Amino acid sequence: MTEARDIDILHYCRSQTVRQLMLMVRSPSEVVNPLLFFLLVIVLFPLGLGPDPEQLSVLAPGILWVVALLSNLMICMRLFVDDLEDGSLEQLAMARVPLSVAVLPQLLASWLASGLLLSVVSPLFGLMLGLPLNVAPVLIASLLMGTAIMLLLGAVGAALTVGVQRGGILLALLILPLYVPILIAGTRALNEALQGGDPSIALALLGAGVTGSLVLAPLAIAEGLRVSLEL
Amino acid sequence: MWRIVHQFGSPPWVYRFCDRVIPWLLPITVVALLTGSIWGLLFAPTDYKQGDSYRIIYIHVPAAVVALAGYYVMALAGLVSLVWRVKLADTAMRAAAPIGAAYTAIALITGAIWGKPTWGAWWVWDARITSMLILFFLYVGVIALFEAYENKTVAARACAILSLVGTVNIPIIYKSVDWWYSLHQPASIKFTGSSAIDASMLYPLLGMIISFYALFALLMMLNLKQSLTEEYAQSAWLNKRLTA
Repeated sequence: MTEARDIDILHYCRSQTVRQLMLMVRSPSEVVNPLLFFLLVIVLFPLGLGPDPEQLSVLAPGILWVVALLSNLMICMRLFVDDLEDGSLEQLAMARVPLSVAVLPQLLASWLASGLLLSVVSPLFGLMLGLPLNVAPVLIASLLMGTAIMLLLGAVGAALTVGVQRGGILLALLILPLYVPILIAGTRALNEALQGGDPSIALALLGAGVTGSLVLAPLAIAEGLRVSLEL
Repeated sequence: MWRIVHQFGSPPWVYRFCDRVIPWLLPITVVALLTGSIWGLLFAPTDYKQGDSYRIIYIHVPAAVVALAGYYVMALAGLVSLVWRVKLADTAMRAAAPIGAAYTAIALITGAIWGKPTWGAWWVWDARITSMLILFFLYVGVIALFEAYENKTVAARACAILSLVGTVNIPIIYKSVDWWYSLHQPASIKFTGSSAIDASMLYPLLGMIISFYALFALLMMLNLKQSLTEEYAQSAWLNKRLTA
C-alpha cells in the first residue's frame, strides 16, 4: 500500500514539474523578466556609485546578493497567484498527495527557471562589477544554495499572503527579515574568496540552510496555503 | 490538573481571572516601576567611565529582555492556537504583538540615545542593535499580516504560522548577525564586556526587569480584556458580567 503511494508521489512530482516547466516555456516573460530586473538594478549601481572598478569590486558581493534577493522577491510574489485564481491550488489541496509534497514540483520548477539560471549567468554580472573570474565558482555555488533557501522561505510568505489583496509589499515585509542570515553567509563566502580566504564555512552553512529549509519550509507552506484557501 | 488547563481556554473564566488579577497587578507594577526607576536613576552609584548616561540601562535593558521574551509568548500562543485550535490563544497572540513591538521600539530608541554620548553616533551597526531591529520587523510583520486579512480567525492562523517560522529563525538570525559583526570590525566597542556588573547597580536593574515583566503582563491582560469585550459583545456571559 505504502509502496503504491510512493510511486504515485514520484510520478506526480515528475509530471507536475514537467507541467510547470512547460507553462514557463510558453510564457517566457515570467522567466526573463526577473533576470532583466537583476541586470537593470546592477546597471544602476555603477551609475549611482561612479564607475571606479576598484570601488565597485569591493562593493560587488553586497550588490550582487542584495539584487539577487530582490529579484527572488519578485518571483515569490507571483508564486501561487495564478494557481489560486484558476482554482488549481484548491485541487492540489484536495489531492491524495500531501500538500507539503504537492507544492515541491512547482518550487523546483520556479527554482530551475530563476535561481539556477541566475546563478549560472551571475559571473557575467560579476564581471560587470569588476569581480575577478576566479571567484566565479564560489559565486555560483553560493547563489545556487542561497536562491534555493530564499525561494523556500519566500514561498512560506507567498502562501500566507496569496489570498490578501495587494499582498506584494506585505510579502516583502514578512520575509526580508528572514533573509538576513542568507545575505550574511552569501556575502561572506564571496568576500572570503576575494581575499583569498576559505569560503567553505559560509558555503557549508548555506548548505545546512538548504537542507533545513527543505525539511521544514514545505510544512509551513502547506499550512499557509490551507489558511489562504480557508480550508 | 487538566481542569486548570481547560479553564485557560474558556473566555468567561479568563475574563473573570483578568478582572480579579488586575486590581492587584496594577498597584504592584506601578510601585515596582517607581521604586526601580528612583533607585536606579537617583541612588545607584555613578559609573566611573560613562558617568550618569549609563543610567538609561534601567529602561533599555529591561525593555530589550522583555521584547525578546514577548516574541516567545506570542509564538507559544500561536502554537497553542494552531495545534489545539484554542480561540483564546489567537486573542492572546494578537494582544502580545503590539506590546512586544513597543518594547522593541523602546529598546532601540533608548539605545540610540545612549549611543550618542557614549559611542558618538546615534546609530552603530552593532550586532545586538541590528538583531533588535530585525526583531522589530518580525513583530511589525505579524501585526501587518493580521491587519491584512478581513476574516480575523484566518488572520490569527496565518499569524501563528508566521510567528512560528520567526521563532525557528530568531536564533539563526542572532548567530548570523554576531558572525557578520565579527567580520566587519573588531570589537572596538565593548558593550557589556567581561567585567561583571556591580551588585549596587545590578539589584535595581533586576528590579526593573521584573517590573517590566509585570507591566507586560498587565498590558497584555488589559489588551486581552478589550479584545474579549469586542469579540463577545453579543454573548450573555459578558453582558451579565458588565451589568453586574
